[in-house]
Amino acid sequence: MTTVLEPTVGPVPPEADDPGLLRRPSDPRGVWSWITTVDHKRIGILYGVTAFVFFLLGGIEALLIRLQLAKPNGQVLSAEAYNQLFTMHGTTMVFLVIMPMSAAFFNYLVPLQIGARDVAFPRLNAFSYWLFLFGGLFLYSSFFLGGAPNGGWFGYAPNTSITFSPGHNIDFWIFGLQLLGIASTAGAVNLIVTMLNMRAPGMTLMRMPVFTWMTLVSSFLILFAMPIITVALFLLMFDRNFGANFFNPVAGGDPLLWQHLFWLFGHPEVYILILPAMGMVSEILPVFARKPLFGYPVIVFSGIAIGFMGWGVWVHHMFATGLGPVAISAFSISTMFIAVPTGVKIFNWVATIWRGSLRLNTPMLFAMGFIAMFTIGGLSGVTHAVSPHDRQQTDTYYVVAHFHYVLFGGALFGIMAGIYYWWPKIFGTLLDDRIGKWHFWIWLLGFNLTFAPMHLLGLQGMPRRIYTYDDSLGLKALNMVSTVGSFVIAVAVLIFMYNVWYSTKKRRVVASNDPWDGRTLEWTIPSPTPHYNFAEIPLVHSVDDFWHRKYTEDENGRPVRVESTDVAAALPPGDEPDAVGHSGYGGHGGGHEDPPGIHLPSPSYYPILAALSMPVMSYGLLYGRDSGQNYLVAVVGAVALFAALYAWGLEPSAEPAEPAEAEPAEVPAPVGAPAPEALDAGGAPVDGAPGGGAPVDGSGH
Amino acid sequence: MASHTATVGHEQEATTEHSHGHVTNTGLSNEKLAMWVFLGSECLLFGALISSYFLYRGRSTTGPGPDDLFDIPFTSVSSFVLLMSSLTMVLALAAIQRADYRRLRIWLMATALLGATFIAGQVYEFTTFIREGLTIRTNLFGSSFFVLTGFHGVHVTLGIVMLLSLWNLSVRGRLTRERTEVVEIVGLYWHFVDVVWIVIFTVIYLIPT
Repeated sequence: MTTVLEPTVGPVPPEADDPGLLRRPSDPRGVWSWITTVDHKRIGILYGVTAFVFFLLGGIEALLIRLQLAKPNGQVLSAEAYNQLFTMHGTTMVFLVIMPMSAAFFNYLVPLQIGARDVAFPRLNAFSYWLFLFGGLFLYSSFFLGGAPNGGWFGYAPNTSITFSPGHNIDFWIFGLQLLGIASTAGAVNLIVTMLNMRAPGMTLMRMPVFTWMTLVSSFLILFAMPIITVALFLLMFDRNFGANFFNPVAGGDPLLWQHLFWLFGHPEVYILILPAMGMVSEILPVFARKPLFGYPVIVFSGIAIGFMGWGVWVHHMFATGLGPVAISAFSISTMFIAVPTGVKIFNWVATIWRGSLRLNTPMLFAMGFIAMFTIGGLSGVTHAVSPHDRQQTDTYYVVAHFHYVLFGGALFGIMAGIYYWWPKIFGTLLDDRIGKWHFWIWLLGFNLTFAPMHLLGLQGMPRRIYTYDDSLGLKALNMVSTVGSFVIAVAVLIFMYNVWYSTKKRRVVASNDPWDGRTLEWTIPSPTPHYNFAEIPLVHSVDDFWHRKYTEDENGRPVRVESTDVAAALPPGDEPDAVGHSGYGGHGGGHEDPPGIHLPSPSYYPILAALSMPVMSYGLLYGRDSGQNYLVAVVGAVALFAALYAWGLEPSAEPAEPAEAEPAEVPAPVGAPAPEALDAGGAPVDGAPGGGAPVDGSGH
Repeated sequence: MASHTATVGHEQEATTEHSHGHVTNTGLSNEKLAMWVFLGSECLLFGALISSYFLYRGRSTTGPGPDDLFDIPFTSVSSFVLLMSSLTMVLALAAIQRADYRRLRIWLMATALLGATFIAGQVYEFTTFIREGLTIRTNLFGSSFFVLTGFHGVHVTLGIVMLLSLWNLSVRGRLTRERTEVVEIVGLYWHFVDVVWIVIFTVIYLIPT
């Protein structure tokens, strides 16, 4: 083989003139810069803002549901409207709020916590976001196009088959979830590669912050769970659009197939929802307790254990379907077992704050609220594992109480803690702590008023998913309490929004680099994070590396602030409020030289175009059932997708570094000729030669 | 990976390495790792489809069933064709590793054509079945057969598109040895699709009901 060496390495292929269809966007400001952005930080912010808007929509749906149930024989909503609202409430909160809220933090924080300049595939990241947005809008367009999905977030077939749901409601749900599934899977691939491949020197896996670890576990769960619901949705689509028989009992189709597929996705999904929040809380507690996280490796391994065991418990959603004593016993036991790693984590968190010198700022309050509320939800979860007990609870409000305690009391409390904690890093200002505390206490009160009574309502036999109940059932008082509670939560959300306005517009408290005395790498860099994240890629020596750079121990084991020059470097000039936002981090390392040539991935039109073509395809397929001509719309969408992916593949991830083409203002212009590593934004896929990879692997860029 | 590193060792320029990506924690480039991770996800996709097929085997309430329709010798031949395409894929990779671009194009095209032959066989099989009275609507067997094999067929077709794109790049002189990994990554996908077919072929055609 070596004999053929001679004519080999042909000159780098001739500089093909830009093969792209569109001129590359270059303006660092304005709306278009956001539309074409590939910066993980901007994408994170987009995820967060979008998810918050969907949170408000899902919340309004919840309030309408509670208004309807406030009194017996409520007249606020019709049965059909109620079905649509509870379906959309669940679907929204799971797929359009908690998952993308977590994705916001994944995107923003993971590169910062591992010391990278971006994710592995910046354009794929943008594609994930846009597809999430368009998938959400697609789902919500159903309200204007004949009615929203009405089969519950679980969409049990054959109830959702065409015989029983002839409208397009369920079709919107099917295609909407497919789009969101593709977005999540692409995001998961991207993040997994980022975390496995792009860690800073010294950042071994067992030195990764716990939030990053939980992101990794969560991403693997997304990677493996999403294809399963994709298949379930495909089968249902073939049933509805093309007359297949998968869920048609007349032809021998088995309704349990849907339940198995859905819950084999659905149970890992609940860990996808909770693990990121667990990660955030594991970051926040040590900072505000001023102690290291108790049992870091145990917390990490518990998270991994939950990730594995989460695949073996799905049948506890199906205890009432008559699977027989062996299956039910096995899944009862596995469900009880999964409480063990979860309990281990809770004890570790409690041990972390035990005898710490606590600072009860808002993030800490939310984090401790998380522990308490999640523990209640976890305990009611254990009662579901007891199958005789579960038979009493299935399809009652007890289940509703349980999963709101883990998803609201757990995931949303954790996310709120995360918002208050990382806000200064993201936006450069602190959220007001006094208003934050009002937010927390009202939120906690409203949450418990709303959901605690549901335990009792469920045990009294109030079924889920009914749109009304009779006066004589004795469910009146507790339902009223619950409705009042839901409006208390709404007040808390308004307080939060007021806080955001107040703290960013009215009374800006500029954040230092490290306002909480943090422990992880994101606190070493200026607030808000500069475009290029790290002027120099950090070298990591231990878990909580930043803490160990700031503190040493005296003879009694008490932390003592280090005052060496090294630490001055670790706390760059940006620490002074007036220097915030300036790239003063160049001082890191002693001198005042500019950061070395950093070349970041360039913005691109193709991710949003590719994402935009997919709802077009979906509308075509959806209306294809009414008239075959509409399938042409799907073909148009497919062609557009193909074109966008092809152009994407031919476009290099980053434009070649030319001194003239300086990066956005805050980024120092590249210095000198690009060295190999300067070409590459922390391992971002910069193809060696301009012209990019082949189109075929372009979808991976 | 091993063969790739060996080849790099023969090269004079150290710069070649950087076209395969930055030095990463795992030693795999981001692109290649992403393909492995993606294929992990694909395993679950096909796993769920194959499980659904298994569940419904022999549970159709009406005919026609597999025994009425299958032409196992025919499908065996087209399966063999698909498996041979994995060989030509490997030859294509070997060709680009030694910068033999003419053979690279030959083997890429051969792989694509073998894949297309397989797809043609599948189209023939589908039309035959439909003529003999089995559609996706007929019974459980029809639904699960067409969806599972159709899904696989779509995967093969996408693979053919990738191969032809590579061929086209090579014709335009833009697929040089520094980009060996692109061929390798497409190869990973192609081999995966072949391996999945072995499972599907066994489950659908070989295991008696």
